[in-house]
Amino acid sequence: MQFGIFSVSDITTDPTTGRTPTEAQRIKDIVTIAKHAEEVGLDVFALGEHHNEPFFSSSPTTTLAYIAAQTSTLQLSTATTLITTNDPVKIAEDFAMLQHLADGRVDLMLGRGNTGPVYPWFGKDIRAGIPLALENYALLHKLWREHVVDWQGKFRTPLQSFTSTPRPLDEIPPFVWHGSIRSPEIAEQAAYYGDGFFANHIFWPASHTQRMVQLYRQRFEHYGHGSADQAVVGLGGQVFMRKNSQDAVKEFRPYFDNAPVYGHGPSLEDFTRETPLTVGSPQQVIDRTLGFRDYVGDYQRQLFLLDHAGLPTKTVLEQLDLLGEEVVPVLRKEFAALKPAHVPDAPTHAALLAKKNAKEEVQA
Amino acid sequence: MKQRKLVVISAGLSQPSSTRLLADQLSATAVRAAAQLGVHLDVQVIELRDLAHEITDNMLTGFARTELRYAQEAVTAADALITVTPVFSASYSGLYKSFFDVLDKDALADKPVLLAATAGTARHSLVLEHALRPLFSYLRAAIIPTSVFAASDDWGADSVEGPLRGRIERAAAELAREVERREPAVVTDPFALSADFEDMLKNL
Repeated sequence: MQFGIFSVSDITTDPTTGRTPTEAQRIKDIVTIAKHAEEVGLDVFALGEHHNEPFFSSSPTTTLAYIAAQTSTLQLSTATTLITTNDPVKIAEDFAMLQHLADGRVDLMLGRGNTGPVYPWFGKDIRAGIPLALENYALLHKLWREHVVDWQGKFRTPLQSFTSTPRPLDEIPPFVWHGSIRSPEIAEQAAYYGDGFFANHIFWPASHTQRMVQLYRQRFEHYGHGSADQAVVGLGGQVFMRKNSQDAVKEFRPYFDNAPVYGHGPSLEDFTRETPLTVGSPQQVIDRTLGFRDYVGDYQRQLFLLDHAGLPTKTVLEQLDLLGEEVVPVLRKEFAALKPAHVPDAPTHAALLAKKNAKEEVQA
Repeated sequence: MKQRKLVVISAGLSQPSSTRLLADQLSATAVRAAAQLGVHLDVQVIELRDLAHEITDNMLTGFARTELRYAQEAVTAADALITVTPVFSASYSGLYKSFFDVLDKDALADKPVLLAATAGTARHSLVLEHALRPLFSYLRAAIIPTSVFAASDDWGADSVEGPLRGRIERAAAELAREVERREPAVVTDPFALSADFEDMLKNL
């Protein structure tokens, strides 16, 4: 099982000091955070994409390439790459490029983006969000698998004899996770292609995530990619830890109360009860996270949101230390002991390459 | 006897509340009228005051917490609704509107809904026509022709058998007839896709 962190790249005023980091500072800090994720033994760093303030991450592959150059094992991913407003041709090119530079340590998570005003800036319409996601991915899928592509669709200029360059590393397309909070169409899409499904999980109640994952698993089996429990599932999570549970609650509360997404709404206690947010001791995080398996089954990737809502970088790095030292080693052991042998790990480039070579050997 | 579900939504804030009083009279009368037509109405009352925090939280977070979710599920599964709002600043109360703002926009489609409102003065009586009816038309509800307005005067001791009583009887009878002639409400599962993926791709 893979463990990692995902960042939405918000630049938020620290409510306890009134200080707001500059873009320059926050961008450098995210690199420090990603590198530290590898240092403490995490597997994945995923970065969001936004085209509006207060977020900085408009160009994730640039940032990820820079991080790739300074890490050696960290799997680089996105959370999410906008499949609606980006040109699928550019996504195909950017991520193949990143694959080469990062020696294959790349996958990506596709999402629609739910910020209405962003769509028209890219000549799109949010009301066509689902059709855009379906058509654009159909093209992206083809561009990575067919050398010369002729293509015509509803949303983009037709392509004649187009070859996306560079070709995917070793002719193996980056593994794709389809991320969704609430659209069953996206679970269906992930299942159809045999791709991964990532449930955001952090904004909605567990019962909702359970049903989305269940739908994806059933449809994954329906489309003949394996049994339902072999489908590739990722989950988000959100934690804040201190050795002493009460210290965690006390320190995190002002950040929670003023957070851009849910601030000034439910109490920390309500939100903790209703969503996977866990604020407390490392042991509480371990217990809660192990509990996710009860409603989604054996899953392949767990990403935590740590750096948000104006938390100082120093605090985020301390959170990473706790994750790496106290939480993830236990989770690795416990999850591994529970997972049946026929349930696959999350595909990495190295694993996919080994599989491809084995297949070619058999054919030869 | 046919079994049907009636959900009553009361947006009254005080205890006791004349809004709840009107809601109770409407639902009791509807139960009697339905029974005469061979329909047993199972009544569930939702007090929006109890959900006020969760309604606001739903606006801010995008999801309904437990109690509000139960209420939304009950409304969606109901065969008929009775809704009563107090008049605040010449319209429905903000809490009342907010409940419908966070409800799925298709939840009330073709559902019989009896509209009612209370106010301190009869001068507000047209609120039913200029505020509530347009809202429920937008939500594509099957609005019961008679809606009921009650001002402070109507609760006077001398009007127990007065014009308010007559309007309650008429509206409740209309609601009962509407429920009787309809099939039970069907709740569609949001996770049940009707289309195969290849069809979805073809029909972009």
